[in-house]
This record gives sequence, C-alpha cells and structure tokens, in this order.
Amino acid sequence: MLSRTADNLFWVSRYVERAENTARMLDINLQMALLPHGKNALEHTWRASLAISELQARYDERYESVTPRDVLAFMVTDPKNPSSIYSCLTSAREAARAVRGSLTTEVWETHNTTWLELQRMVASDLAYRDPAEFFEWVKFRSHLSRGVTRGTMLDDEALHFLGIGTHLERADNTARLLDVRFHEYEDHDEPDPEAIDSYREFYHWAAILRSVSAFEIYRKVYRDVVTPARVAELLITRKDMPRSLASSVHAVLGDLSRVSNDRSGETERLAGQLDADLRYGRIDDILAAGLHPWLTQFLRRINDLGNRVSADFLVPLSV
Amino acid sequence: MRVQAFDEMMGANGEVRQHYHGFAKWLSEQSPEVIATKRAEADLSFRRVGITFAVYGDEAGTERLIPFDLVPRVIPAAEWRRLEAGLKQRVRALNMFIHDVYHQQNIVRAGIVPPEQIFLNSQYRPEMQDIAVARDIYCHIAGVDIVRAGEGEFYVLEDNLRVPSGVSYMLENRKMLMRLFPDLFARIKVAPVAHYPDLLLENLRSVAPGGQGEPRVVVLTPGMYNSAYFEHAFLAQQMGVELVEGKDLFVDSNTVWMRTTRGPQRVDVIYRRVDDDFLDPLAFRGDSSLGVPGLLSVYRAGRVTLANAIGSGIADDKATYLHVPDMIRFYLDEEPLLNNVPTWQCSKPSELSHVLANMHELVVKEVHGAGGYGMLVGPTSSKAEVESFKERVKANPSNYIAQPTLALSTVPTFVESGVAPRHIDLRPYVLCGKEITMVPGGLCRVALTEGSLVVNSSQGGGTKDTWVLER
Repeated sequence: MLSRTADNLFWVSRYVERAENTARMLDINLQMALLPHGKNALEHTWRASLAISELQARYDERYESVTPRDVLAFMVTDPKNPSSIYSCLTSAREAARAVRGSLTTEVWETHNTTWLELQRMVASDLAYRDPAEFFEWVKFRSHLSRGVTRGTMLDDEALHFLGIGTHLERADNTARLLDVRFHEYEDHDEPDPEAIDSYREFYHWAAILRSVSAFEIYRKVYRDVVTPARVAELLITRKDMPRSLASSVHAVLGDLSRVSNDRSGETERLAGQLDADLRYGRIDDILAAGLHPWLTQFLRRINDLGNRVSADFLVPLSV
Repeated sequence: MRVQAFDEMMGANGEVRQHYHGFAKWLSEQSPEVIATKRAEADLSFRRVGITFAVYGDEAGTERLIPFDLVPRVIPAAEWRRLEAGLKQRVRALNMFIHDVYHQQNIVRAGIVPPEQIFLNSQYRPEMQDIAVARDIYCHIAGVDIVRAGEGEFYVLEDNLRVPSGVSYMLENRKMLMRLFPDLFARIKVAPVAHYPDLLLENLRSVAPGGQGEPRVVVLTPGMYNSAYFEHAFLAQQMGVELVEGKDLFVDSNTVWMRTTRGPQRVDVIYRRVDDDFLDPLAFRGDSSLGVPGLLSVYRAGRVTLANAIGSGIADDKATYLHVPDMIRFYLDEEPLLNNVPTWQCSKPSELSHVLANMHELVVKEVHGAGGYGMLVGPTSSKAEVESFKERVKANPSNYIAQPTLALSTVPTFVESGVAPRHIDLRPYVLCGKEITMVPGGLCRVALTEGSLVVNSSQGGGTKDTWVLER
C-alpha cells in the first residue's frame, strides 16, 4: 500500500476517534455542571477539559474568560481549533476523500455524510441549543463509521492502519481523561483529603466512567461502590474493557504485527513492552508511584509510538 | 437568437421518434410527484457519494454537483454502429498522425499539414522526436466530442487526446438512473457501459513495456483539489489499481517506483491525469510539484508507459483539427465517415477578415482552449462582448479559429418551468491499445440555460445518461 494512503487512513480513524472522545468529555462536563457546586468548581471543570487536551494556551489567545458557552464554541465548532469536533470531522473527511479508492463506498459515504450533516448542524446551532443531542450524534456517527469499516472492509493493511489510528488515539484520550482530576487542582495545592467532598468525589469518578460508557460495566465487574482505585484499574489494566489503556495498546500491537516491515522491529518491540507493562502491571504499584506521573509517562510513550509508526510506514524519508 | 434545432426525441411535427417510444410511454405513466421526488433523490445521492467537481476561481462553493437530468439521450443501434465505425477510424488516423509527427513527418513532406502547424506548435514536444513508445500508441484514451446539427447530421466538434475527462459521469449517470428507475431498464433494452473500467485496465496493461512480468498500472492525479479528482479516484478504484500523486513516485536505476508501506514497488504503466507541463520538473516546468523528477528519462528509455503519451496534444488542437479528414485519407486511404465542422483559421489573413466581419454569427475558440473558457458564441453575446473579443483575436490571430454557430440538437430536459428542449453534445470514449475498443455510450452534456449552446460543466452545463439501444 502507498505510504501516503496508509498515512491518510491512520488519520481518518484518529480524527474520528478524537471527535468522539471530545464529545464524550464535554457531555460529562455538562452533566457535572447540573450538580450543586462551589463557586469556582465549575470553572475548574471547564478549565480542566481544556488542560487535558493541551489547548489552554490556544484558548486563552482567542477568548477572555472560561465560560461554558465559550469552551463549547472553541471545542465544538471553532474551525481555528484543529482539535474541535468540527475540525476533526472535517479533517477525517478530507483524509478519507484523499484515499477514497482504498475505502469501500459505504465507508466513504459514511464519512462524507457525517461531514454534510455536520455543516447542517453547525448552521442550525444544534450544538448550543441541544448539546446533549449533538454529542449523542457525534458518538453515533463514530460508532457507525467503525461498524461500517469492520463490516465492509477487506481484512488487509488498510484496515490495520485504520485500527492503529483508532487505538492509539483512544489510549491517549482515555489516559488524559483519567488525569483530569490532577488538572482540576493544578492551580492549587493538592487537595487535603479530608476537605474533599466525598459526595462530589463520587460523582467525579462516576462521570469518568460514564464518559467512557463504563459505569454499568463497573457495576457488573465489581458489584461494589465506586472507588478511584477500581476506576483506575478498570480503565488502565483491564484488557476486557474496550476503552481501557490495556485493551487499546493490545489492539495497536496486534495491528502493528500485521503490517510489520523490515524497518518496524523497534517500534513493535516498544509496543510489546508497553503492552506487557499494562498486562502484567498491578494497579496498586501504579497508584503507589502516583497516578499523574504514571499517566504522564504513558502519554509520552504513546506519543513516541505514534511518531515511530509515522516514520516506519507513513512518511518514509528515503528509499 | 433562437436557433431551430433538431430534437432527438420529437420529430418536426411533434410526433415522438421511433427510438423514444418506449421511454415516452414510460414517462407518460409517471406522476409529476414521483419525478420530483426522484430528482431530489438523485441530487442527494450524488452529494453523498461525493460526485462533485471544483470550479476554478470560485471561492464560495469549492465543490459543486453537476446537475443530472433524468431524460436520457437515446441513440438507435444502427446510428451507433455508424458513429462507432467513424470514431474508431478517426482515432486510428490521429494516432498514426502523432507517430508520424514524432518520426518521419511524412504528412508534412506530402504537403498535407504545413510544417509550422507542427514545429511552431506549443504542443509539439521535441523530447519525443524518434522515441519509440509501446505498440506505437499515443492516444490510449480519446474523448471525441460529437454534435448533431441541421437536419440531424453528426459532426466532430473536437478531439480530446491529452487527458479527456468525464467518463466517470457516463458510468455514474447510468448507475443513478438504474437505481432510480429499475422498471425502465426492465422494459427497454439498453446496451450496458459498466465494463468500461475493465476495458480501460486491459487497454493499459496491453501497452506496458515488455519483459517485466505482470505489469503494474497506477493512476496519477494532481491531487484532491483538482476539479476531476473524483474521477481519478473512481477509475483507480474501479480498476483496482493505486491512485498516486507525484510525491508517491520516484525514479531510481532508470525505473519508476512508488513508495509503499513495504518499501519501493516498480511501476510500469502510468495513466496520468496530469498535463505534460507538470509531469517532470527536471524536463518541463521546474516549479511543478505535481510530477516526478526524472520521469521523462525513464519514459524515453521505454521503461515506463505514460497514457496518454507525452506530446499527444499536437493532434488535438483546434488548428490541427482542420486536417483530420485529410489524415484519414492519407494514412488509411479511406473516406472519413464523420464530418468536421467547417472551420476558419484566423492565422490566414483572408479567413481572419471573414471572421472579424461575421463574428456575431460565429463561434470563436482558442486553439488550445478547453472547458469552455476563452471562447465566444457570437449570436448569444452582446455587441460590446463581440467587439472586445475582436480585439483579442486581432492581437493574436493564430491563437483562434472560428466555426459557424451550429444549431446543436436538443433533448427534452427537466427545467424550472417543466420539460423543455435543451441543447446537447456527446463525448464517447475510444480506447486505443492492442485493439481499438469502445463501450456503447458516452457522456451527454446539456446546456441548461434556454438557448445556450455551451454545455461545459464549468459553465453551468448538466449531464444526461446516454442510451444506445440494443436493437
């Protein structure tokens, strides 16, 4: 397969996954805002959602203060924010258009229709009139594109590069979501455990679970109250949980081994090492060393993997 | 000016022509509501599939639909057989002409084509002189524009031998009409066209450089912002070959390679949808990023095939066009089966003065123009437009030719006010490889504005399905 084609496929699925995760995160913020809260808590929540996506600086350039309305505008419809849902779905469609010959007609039409409907939704202001419905729509389109892809595409390189894009992005996004607690308190001292409102704490972790469609799974797996340690375990080391880090990295490893070429040995080794760390690591050890430092390290490794995939397959510099 | 035109469907006395009986009967059974719904469905579907094109110089709508009309152009079997024979004859002669131009130039020696028409022509490529190309084929894919005028005679309007486009619309229009009205095709036997990509692939494989095993074919596109990108992607997909851009290819060891996820792979045949000028920045335009540095030298060594050949444009400019009937007599020793439109060359002083005096009645075109840009349709232009065009022609006469304004034939077409006749043309595609092959059909373009004779999609034209009846 052409390297450029593989590159575009990789980005088609990455962008769709990113749009979906952004929608999930914002949806949860909106739900949290409905709860009773202190005067600064709300702003912290919204600020944290910018921080975990590393978009704070870009946001501050364009908006004066952090208000739900402005953050939504920035994260949903702002074409100048390359990570906004609008930009992601547009870029996904552009990348798909560049390689439409490598996609089945159904897959291409799905991305194209998403983009066409998006124009209509933006024009009709749906994202602001009924954000919950809009986020539902984004998730639904993402589900659809994955389903159509799995349901119609030949099990070959194209599918593997799509898979690598999806799962690298998902691992990245889930890790950032887990780290949001850290960012909420970033500007302040670490919260005194005594002072944390346990009621609010429960809702925070429950919201994280819900944002990755894992609340019911949590209940099913643990049949117990929601604790931060178990949430971390579910979303980090459980490989049967579809949006966990373990599951995402394992999927990356599987697809990587199927597109293996004579340059990609080191990349596969690193992916395998990360996979092993997650499979055989214990959540207690991770938490003992501190969740935030561990996640920071994880994000660095995921980012490195992405760069290596790019260099090995997608934009080979020379013959 | 209203030109009285030949209508493909309706006879002079308002009766439906024989070959349209089946369609007319079917149409009379459809309610206007059904037709309206189906028209909307077609629009929606074209947009979803992304069958769009970009209009140059149009900032707002960078992607537009080409309007699709539901009334097909119908061609009886016998009429098609005559057309097909004429088209094959014409393309065979044109291909021999290009070969001759780049070798012995016998046609110049014989005094049939003046030397300046070749050697002073910007489409003449000295790089191709005495270069052997596979099977001596230059115009692997030709799109010949045919119009019908007067009492129904066919004329060739122009030959497109560089990178003719539009064939994807021929295929998609048929698919669309079959999807919208399956019952129609159950009732009327229309010759199929869907095997075109197979013929094209076979044709391209047949001109691969010899002795290198199974030939690998690719489609070379300028990229997704090109107006015909949809077509490039479509044809690559339909043929099951890679769609490449210049940066995906490179030259090494006198061979063209493409960059893949598993390392370099050799390329044998490039169906290029990029103009000559942009193919190789080392040989032609140095500022082009669309091409492949070194491509020309591999090509000249006969180690890769380009379709169409570099330099084939020498045979499709509108001044060379004049000589095509004589080419057919010269190379094939046959009488041309298809007529040319009478043409005045502005480069000849006597003909220039005729053109200037009668411009309000003529169609004036640039010799190398395409896409309906840079032309004047005298009868539908204002006096001021005609006058200013005269100045352009006087400034550079050899850049223009003129033809009488033909009353292009019409086909009933859905318009705002109902169904009304609109002018059409036809572009069948001729494939030239080991054999000369065609599918029965072509792209039918229609000028949607009342009275307009300009059918180009860039000028607001639409398209129709073209039916060749099986009997």
